[in-house]
Amino acid sequence: MIWFAAALLGFAAIAWGFRFAGQVATGRAPYFRDMTFGVAYGYIFAVAALVWLVWAYLQGRSPDPAVANKFFFLRIAVEGFIVFAIGAWLFRLFGRNVGTKGTKRLFRSMPLTASFGIMMILIYVFVAVFASFLAPYGQAEIIRGVPANIMPGGDIALGGNPDFPLGTDQIGRDILSRLIYGAQNTVGIAFATTVIAFALGGSMGFLAATLGGWLDQLLSRIVDVLMAIPSLIFALLLMTIASVWAPRLGIPQTYFMILIIAVIDSTRVYRLSRAVGQSIVVMDYIEAAKLRGEGMGYLMFKEILPNATAPLLAEFGLRFCFVFLTIASLSFLGVGIQPPLADWGTMVRDLGGFVNFAQFAPMVATPPLLAAGAIALLAVAVNFVVDWMLHRSSGLKD
Amino acid sequence: MTQAADTTPLVKIRDIRIDGRSDETWLPIIKGVNLTLQRGQVLGLIGESGAGKSTLGLAAMGYTRDGVRISGGSVEFDGIDLLTASAAVKRDLLGKRIAYVAQSAAASFNPAHRLIDQHVEAPVQHGIAGRKDSAEDGIALYRKLRLPNPEEIGFRYPHQVSGGQLQRAMTAMAMSCRPDLIIFDEPTTALDVTTQIEVLSAIRDIVAQYNTAAIYITHDLAVVAQMADRIKVLLRGEEIETADTRTMLTAPVQDYTKSLWAVRSFERPAKPAVQTGAVPLVSVRNVDAAYGKEKVLHDVSFDIHAGRTVAVVGESGSGKSTTARCITGLLPPMAGQILFDGAPLPPDYRKRSKDQLRQIQMIYQMADTALNPRMSVGQIIARPVQFYLGLTGKAKRQRVDALLNQIELDPAEYYNRLPSELSGGQKQRIGIARALAAEPRFIICDEVTSALDQLVAEGILRLLARLQDELSLSYMFITHDLATVRAIADEVVVMKDGYVVEQGPKAEMFSPPHHAYTDLLLSSVPEMDPDWLTNLLVERGVDNIGDAAVNEL
Repeated sequence: MIWFAAALLGFAAIAWGFRFAGQVATGRAPYFRDMTFGVAYGYIFAVAALVWLVWAYLQGRSPDPAVANKFFFLRIAVEGFIVFAIGAWLFRLFGRNVGTKGTKRLFRSMPLTASFGIMMILIYVFVAVFASFLAPYGQAEIIRGVPANIMPGGDIALGGNPDFPLGTDQIGRDILSRLIYGAQNTVGIAFATTVIAFALGGSMGFLAATLGGWLDQLLSRIVDVLMAIPSLIFALLLMTIASVWAPRLGIPQTYFMILIIAVIDSTRVYRLSRAVGQSIVVMDYIEAAKLRGEGMGYLMFKEILPNATAPLLAEFGLRFCFVFLTIASLSFLGVGIQPPLADWGTMVRDLGGFVNFAQFAPMVATPPLLAAGAIALLAVAVNFVVDWMLHRSSGLKD
Repeated sequence: MTQAADTTPLVKIRDIRIDGRSDETWLPIIKGVNLTLQRGQVLGLIGESGAGKSTLGLAAMGYTRDGVRISGGSVEFDGIDLLTASAAVKRDLLGKRIAYVAQSAAASFNPAHRLIDQHVEAPVQHGIAGRKDSAEDGIALYRKLRLPNPEEIGFRYPHQVSGGQLQRAMTAMAMSCRPDLIIFDEPTTALDVTTQIEVLSAIRDIVAQYNTAAIYITHDLAVVAQMADRIKVLLRGEEIETADTRTMLTAPVQDYTKSLWAVRSFERPAKPAVQTGAVPLVSVRNVDAAYGKEKVLHDVSFDIHAGRTVAVVGESGSGKSTTARCITGLLPPMAGQILFDGAPLPPDYRKRSKDQLRQIQMIYQMADTALNPRMSVGQIIARPVQFYLGLTGKAKRQRVDALLNQIELDPAEYYNRLPSELSGGQKQRIGIARALAAEPRFIICDEVTSALDQLVAEGILRLLARLQDELSLSYMFITHDLATVRAIADEVVVMKDGYVVEQGPKAEMFSPPHHAYTDLLLSSVPEMDPDWLTNLLVERGVDNIGDAAVNEL
């Protein structure tokens, strides 16, 4: 603790010196002259953090396995970060030189984060669509003659198998195949759910904004009631009921899940589209259309919707992430996507016990983290793209 | 401040070049303008929107908005080069020795704090005076600016004070550190004429009392004639002409300046009187209307005859626009009725037939919000053509092209453009085309020129006049600008607080005797004569102008 405080104080001194040196060296150039102490401190702090990161990374590559294992995941994270950054940069370069004039222009003004996001989303979509061609084994296939719980990495000396680069799970299914099929199941279902949530919440929201009066009151109060109940617990409750009904009605439980999550999430979409719609409805061009005698459908879909696309599209990205996480959580709790369908949430739950090995045998702890990482990576990618779109639609320059 | 140093200029801008970022390139906004301002002098900056007035005004403070940069030239304030000065030096100048008064005081005050708290912020921050002293000084300034109830007004929140008072409070705030330079950016543009005159005289007074230099930015020539010692005319980032006010008004050198001066001379020839017994096209009969319980129209009656223009004038809040809403059916009246061609119209627009809706069209004040930003010009105009006349395909396209030609825009060039790719005047023309597309007989023009520069506004007025002659349209022209009334109206209706105060043919309205309110409105419109405000103050006394006089009525 004392060391920590001393280090912070030391940084402060170095920061002051750094700024002073900068001022002297550049002859009081405006940048150093007007630099606040906070900015100088930030620079020094960032440099210190970077130095620590390099040191930790080198520890991770140490020949002594006891030391290397401690920094194993940090090493993977640093390497992954660099690989993805280079990948995103190349992807952007590709986009800048190939395609129509419009897309080229889009890529020119794109930050690296957004191009990373778009690249990742494209990869996920590709994997999800061609899952059955890409996966070496079936998603529910228990491979004969292969033991369960093969370690990932394919290193025979440590108990791996080169035929199963990511190992096998607790009943001997190929984890790589299940990850690939998981993209199809989890992402596909999340997408369908989000689309339904938007169709429902969006049209109701616009209707409430345009008509106002008692309909607006009624819809809004219903939404208030639905939003007052914690969404995950509410979904869990309804899913428990659905799990009883589903076999009786002969409808797959997954359909119930899609509908339940869509309705719960549509309340958030309703709030947004109503608010956006209300600020558009007061515009003179809506008044002009009303006075022309236009019908409700034309007003909602031709006049209001095109002006609401930017915020709605941004919300779509965010909502997709939330839906995706809800499905994963429900699956983790055992009421979501049902086995034997591969699903990332279920995979995290089933393999979760291995995380305890992380300290001394990092490779053993990897399987649940692969599924969790797949979820996290998509969530991050979508958010990067959404951030970028919000930035563009809000007209912020700089 | 030593008076001996008066020969050295307070502000010296040399060959300044300012660029704005658009898409990925820097486009020049100001292309090398010089500006010199002595202590105690007021410089008027005029030009159309987009001429770079505000940008130049801000550059005099060494400041640029986001996405704008100063790429060349120098700005000196009292010998200090503002472009190379350090942040600390600039912090010390801005607010203390240089102050800024924005166009919309309502948007510039923080609604969460009381006026006096915002007033004392700058003096306390700069260490000029303590809280208590500067609050007392604020009250003294409020009194000087003739704010009602100066002891207490500072303890109100911005929303509790009227627009004109807020603008004066903002001027007081700018004066709080007794700056050497104040930049006024269109401080009266958003105000009514009767309020404007009060603010103008207050600003002029206080600037003279403290020998403050000022840059006064506006597009209203008559206003600048009252305020400025010298006038600088800008056009597309370049200086056209600079001279002192009297020379500029009497003998402008450049063609552009002359054309600005000539705008106010447009006037339509008077039409023959309406035949007695003719059925008016639109007749408003004893209309009362209310928003909720608040009654805003009281027994309003007037007629609009075919092929004629009726101007409805009055301050904001007088019920002009509400009357229009009653005619269109957006606000069904509580009592009375609207007759169209002798037959009563259903009060609610939802109950009117398509043909009844078609006959009455509207053109809005803000062309920005009146056109759907996601539709192209072609789509906007084509919709009523298709909706009312049932034209599709080629016939529709031909009709739209004809309409575009009618409003003097080239169809080939403008058909596929979005509203954001048009100038303000062009947008307003599209609004006119959309109204014409319905082939109406009656058009309501709600302040159609008030958001436009004078030169552009004149073009719109001429277009409307020509269309009226060609298509024998009737207009209801809502405006608070009496110059517009003089240019285009046949009859005038004066409204105040929801009552019709006076009505009659234009010639009668502009010649005495008037109703006291009409008289006040007429006398509050600034004229191009630089002595107009001085003479008016001498003639009427400072207590008999503006809102104070309105309240006495």
